[in-house]
Amino acid sequence: MSKSPNLNRREFVTLVSTVVGSVMTAIVGIPAIGYILSPSLRTKKTDAWIPLGKLENYPVNQPTLFTFTRSITTGWEKTVNSYGVFVVRKSDTEIEVLSNVCTHLSCRVNWNEEKQEYICPCHDGRFNIDGKVDSGPPPRPLDQYEYKIENGDLFIHLKES
Amino acid sequence: MLKKLFNWLDERLGLTSIYNVVLDRKVPKVNWFFTLGSASLFLFLMQGVTGILLTVYYVPTPDHAYDSIQYIMNGVTFGWLIRGIHHWGATLMVLVVFLHMLRTFYFGAYKYPREITWLTGVILLLSTLGMGFTGYLLPWNQRSYWATTVGTEIPGTVPFFGQFLTNVLRGGSDLSALTLSRFFSVHIWFLPAVILGTIGIHLYLIIRIGISHIPDKDD
Ligand code: HEM
Ligand code: FES
Repeated sequence: MSKSPNLNRREFVTLVSTVVGSVMTAIVGIPAIGYILSPSLRTKKTDAWIPLGKLENYPVNQPTLFTFTRSITTGWEKTVNSYGVFVVRKSDTEIEVLSNVCTHLSCRVNWNEEKQEYICPCHDGRFNIDGKVDSGPPPRPLDQYEYKIENGDLFIHLKES
Repeated sequence: MLKKLFNWLDERLGLTSIYNVVLDRKVPKVNWFFTLGSASLFLFLMQGVTGILLTVYYVPTPDHAYDSIQYIMNGVTFGWLIRGIHHWGATLMVLVVFLHMLRTFYFGAYKYPREITWLTGVILLLSTLGMGFTGYLLPWNQRSYWATTVGTEIPGTVPFFGQFLTNVLRGGSDLSALTLSRFFSVHIWFLPAVILGTIGIHLYLIIRIGISHIPDKDD
């Protein structure tokens, strides 16, 4: 018997099963990708001026840690994020505000009075008083915050995206 | 090229013979009611896939269960779809498994030599109902809370050790965090493991014995 140009029963069933199966897989599979990825693609947007108190409270040439918290809602949970910045007053008007987040892998650095360095406890990264890398693995200086002084009050610009 | 790859795999894995034994079986002349078992299997797999996805965000503790589900519904892309399929699939699965049981009953398919197929079916039906019972509590809303209060109270009417049964189900004398976490555990680990294993035996027997034919006047 020569083969008819039309689909035979078996071919038809195979075709229908393949098409229906693919469609159903796609209906669940494609949304599943969005379902898993969507919270990861959401970026938090922070743009706020944080008050750090009177400038005159910060001693000259002495890095002083200022900590503050901000609460955010992630998923179903309200979490409190902590931030730490070092305020270094150079003179009456000139200051530097450095983030305490190590530029290597984000541990938090501490000011070591004796060595006059910021030292990272994780892999011994070291930064000088201006945040420049002295030694260790950190690839770049500590991040600096933009700041402003209004009526003697210090504010820093917290920006995250 | 593809053909060559397939032949290479086939020679080592025996794909063709698996196909012949599992799918190319001889089947008597049957009707649409005979698809209910496969429909049950499909629904079970669907519940498995969507259930695994739900555990990405669901949290089985009283302080977060409800909120995590709100988050799935409103915060996650297609969360409503995944939960919706799991929610309606659960009801549909109980219905379809039950109809499948009715069909094997009315067609006399439980008789020799298929008694064990029927018995494994009983385990499957009870486990499916257990899935529904344990899953119902997980959203931790008013309805699930009180439904489970009532549901766990029922075994309490058993003479002598009724209270004991209730306490075992609840993990204590009251509905609590312990109830929620043990229901969750039973829902995602114990029962699916039982169902999976039992489906294995069930299907093995169907392949081994073959499907019964529709009873005729002489049966
Ligand atoms: C998770 C639930 C279940 C699944 C996935 C399942 C799956 C299947 C499948 C795929 C078949 C092949 C024939 C057909 O589809 O009709 C079958 C046959 C059978 N099932 Fe189930 N089943 C389930 C529950 C049950 C229950 C609750 C019973 C009865 C208490 C049962 C008893 C039987 C019997 C006796 C047969 C043999 C039918 C015959 O040879 O004609 N099954 N099952
Ligand atoms: S994280 Fe600071 S040195 Fe590695």
